[in-house]
Amino acid sequence: MSASHDSLRTLDYSVIQQCMHCGFCLPTCPTYDATHLERNSPRGRIALMRAIADGRMDLTRVFADEMYFCLGCLACMTACPAGVEYSQLFETSRAMAEQSAVLSNPTRDWTRKLLLRGLFTRPRMLRLIGRLLYVYQTTGLQDLFRRLAFTKLLPTRIQQLEPQTPTIQAKFSHQVIAPVERPRTGKIRYRVGLLTGCVQDLVFSNINRDTADVLLANGCEVHTPPVQFCCGSLHGHNGESETSRALARRNLDLFDVEGLDAIITNAAGCGSHLKTYDRLLAEEKRYADRAAIWSRKCKDISEFLVQICFRAPTAAPANLPIDKLTYHEACHLCHGQKITAQPRRILRSIPGVKITELAESTWCCGSAGIYNIIQPAMSQQLLSRKLGHIAKTGAAIVATANPGCHLQIENGAKSKGENIQVFHPVSLLAMAYRAE
Amino acid sequence: MNTDIVSELSARFLPEAVITQPEDLIAYSYDGTPILQQLPRAVVLVTSREEVATLLTLAAKYRTPVVTRGSGTGLSGGSVPVEGSIVLCTARMNHILELDTDNLTIMVEPGVINNEVAMRADSVGLFYPPDPGSMKVSTIGGNVSENSGGLRGLKYGVTRDYVMGLEVVLATGETFFTGNKCVKDVAGYSLKDIFIGSEGTLGVVTKILLKLIPKPAARKTLLAVYERMDEAASTVSAIIAAKIIPCTMEFLDRTTIRCIENYSKVGLPLDCEAILLMESDGHPAAVDEEAQRMEQIAREHGARSVSLAKDIEEGTRLMTARRMAIPAMARVAPTTILEDATVPRSKLPEMVRFVQKTAEKYNLTVGTFGHFGDGNLHPTFLANERNPGEIHRVHEAVTEIFSYAVELGGTISGEHGIGLTKKSFLPSAIGEINVRILRELKRVLDPQGILNPGKIFDRQFSAGAAAARSAMN
Repeated sequence: MSASHDSLRTLDYSVIQQCMHCGFCLPTCPTYDATHLERNSPRGRIALMRAIADGRMDLTRVFADEMYFCLGCLACMTACPAGVEYSQLFETSRAMAEQSAVLSNPTRDWTRKLLLRGLFTRPRMLRLIGRLLYVYQTTGLQDLFRRLAFTKLLPTRIQQLEPQTPTIQAKFSHQVIAPVERPRTGKIRYRVGLLTGCVQDLVFSNINRDTADVLLANGCEVHTPPVQFCCGSLHGHNGESETSRALARRNLDLFDVEGLDAIITNAAGCGSHLKTYDRLLAEEKRYADRAAIWSRKCKDISEFLVQICFRAPTAAPANLPIDKLTYHEACHLCHGQKITAQPRRILRSIPGVKITELAESTWCCGSAGIYNIIQPAMSQQLLSRKLGHIAKTGAAIVATANPGCHLQIENGAKSKGENIQVFHPVSLLAMAYRAE
Repeated sequence: MNTDIVSELSARFLPEAVITQPEDLIAYSYDGTPILQQLPRAVVLVTSREEVATLLTLAAKYRTPVVTRGSGTGLSGGSVPVEGSIVLCTARMNHILELDTDNLTIMVEPGVINNEVAMRADSVGLFYPPDPGSMKVSTIGGNVSENSGGLRGLKYGVTRDYVMGLEVVLATGETFFTGNKCVKDVAGYSLKDIFIGSEGTLGVVTKILLKLIPKPAARKTLLAVYERMDEAASTVSAIIAAKIIPCTMEFLDRTTIRCIENYSKVGLPLDCEAILLMESDGHPAAVDEEAQRMEQIAREHGARSVSLAKDIEEGTRLMTARRMAIPAMARVAPTTILEDATVPRSKLPEMVRFVQKTAEKYNLTVGTFGHFGDGNLHPTFLANERNPGEIHRVHEAVTEIFSYAVELGGTISGEHGIGLTKKSFLPSAIGEINVRILRELKRVLDPQGILNPGKIFDRQFSAGAAAARSAMN
């Protein structure tokens, strides 16, 4: 089914042909900037895709590696004058690379199967793992293991990643948000669905609670199904397009798409993918129409708040240096969804907030989904660059709207011994409302 | 013992600097020109003039063609490889070497991006005016090789007007510097001028000394809307006759306006025939006065409406409409063929009408916009390269447009260069004697014909010439 999505050779050729190789994407591409090698640029990658589509080149290992060297930050889509759908090309290429199995080896295949098909399609299993990790972290076992240097027994790659293990929350989203919540006062202006995400659910359930609070404070009835499925972005970006479509269908089944006024996400990476359900399911009779409505109604929280003219808070969050704040733009918010002004509007609405603009605020921080795990060197290079710019602003708070960036910047700052707090803009707004 | 250039290059350069993998070569088989494509034999990412000299020495030894490339944004095929060639890529020679605020100069390596020079100059209150459409991507080396223009040509000139000196590696591998920081210098022929706009056919530029000027303190932007194109043209003439030289006078025709409006809904009127976007810059008092005079002249010459931007932000917003021209049109069709026929200012209305008539004749869609102040038009054909019939018709139309431009006393290229796409038009445009002198100059500086052969004019097949032939002949 839908083979056309999964091969460059059957993909609508006009998508590839839309690239006029003007090169406007080059200076915005972090990997090209690092190497100055044309193959590592969006234009170079599209040239390779076209060569495959034309049958001038076979799908080689070099090509597949190149597709995984790409961050998928989509900065090229912002720069592109011709409106090339790079995200579609990139996802198709990775899917085709996976089908060709040029990268196949037992460890990789096993890990992918376990994580992508096993864990990230089963929300209850994911929560169970999260719960075990929480116990490990809170009972002092983690500290003990680290002190006894047991972590040294792990394979080198895992050893390097171990300190980045995110801290799991005591309660997950369904334990802090009721399936339906109504504003305590005033009339209900909107009925909205709230997506709780995967990482957001385990590591940042507080951000989900803050999102619900902010929506309630603005007259929204909030519907939050307690068990939600991964949005499929992880799968779509990693060549598992069939699983990605299956997850999209499950999420469509979970929400009253026709009845709700909006479906809210607070994770940029998810939002960028969630909004493409229409394209993803366009050829599926049972779902195409609802997927189209979904894509229309799916909104990032900041986008929705500005759209409904959210109420500006009258107080400021207590004990936070909000006058020393900078904003890092998650790639999949600014490039993937073209949302740049709204989060700043929200931050500025909080009394006492002073934003010092971050140089290269739209440049990828190196998190990029699971990029920091599969391409640690490039990821670290981008993180150092980001932290350098943050340091120059003198900011004590970094606001950002994506869990990946949040963790990446938080971990980076911690390992450099810098005293920087990271918040989602909506959390700062929620704190401000609470301080009233 | 090495027997071919690639293995000898691999021995002399760092392994990662010499690229021969097929996947990499595909990524160097094009530049910004539509349709053209040719795989090189290898690509070398140079980092110093010594490396450039080594590469050219080896190229001379093996009689292998060398095609120099910066960011590959050219629009006439100048940096598209020729068959069997080595691509010399300057992207990693990207350092700003010196900013001299006493002499108002900046010394850069060829791979530095135009916009980086502009920003560095701006940071000390100086100004580097040449602003080709590709300024955020294209390299100074490429700008020099194509003598790039931009939106400010009328008042500030083009790249040539800002080059004070060049370090060049010759086809023999010798390196020399021509020019200096002196405003006046008549010691011998102005050799740097021979290399500016030479499209990589005479030598490889490894260092560039650029002139900077003080940054204008103020800027004002106007948008004038016309029912008839002639009124826009006569406005331009009248403004210049009134002894005002605005820094920008951009023109958009009906098709371009429609494309922009469909794409971005910036609120341009759809029922007009032309829009002029004008900008005055300089001393605040002078700018105020000039802008008022320009507004008055535009009204006197039939502008339906003229809006004066209140501040820099609004001015930038108006200029955005102009910058949308290419993106807006690129989204309409898969292949955008952007030409740059240029005529004396007074002939502009005739030229624009001729472009429209010719497009109709060949059943093509064309949008024309461009720099009305300096006569540089950009007729942009919207086509599909997979439709050979249509591409053939574009070629026919472009041929007619070029001959008409020449007939009106103009030129076949204002700022994109000749490269591969326009070389067949060159003899009729500039005449046999001109072409002969160009060829002789080429023979003196590159007797073996190894530097970007087959560009500007066809290769000269001498007995010792390399076996490789120009890709596009």
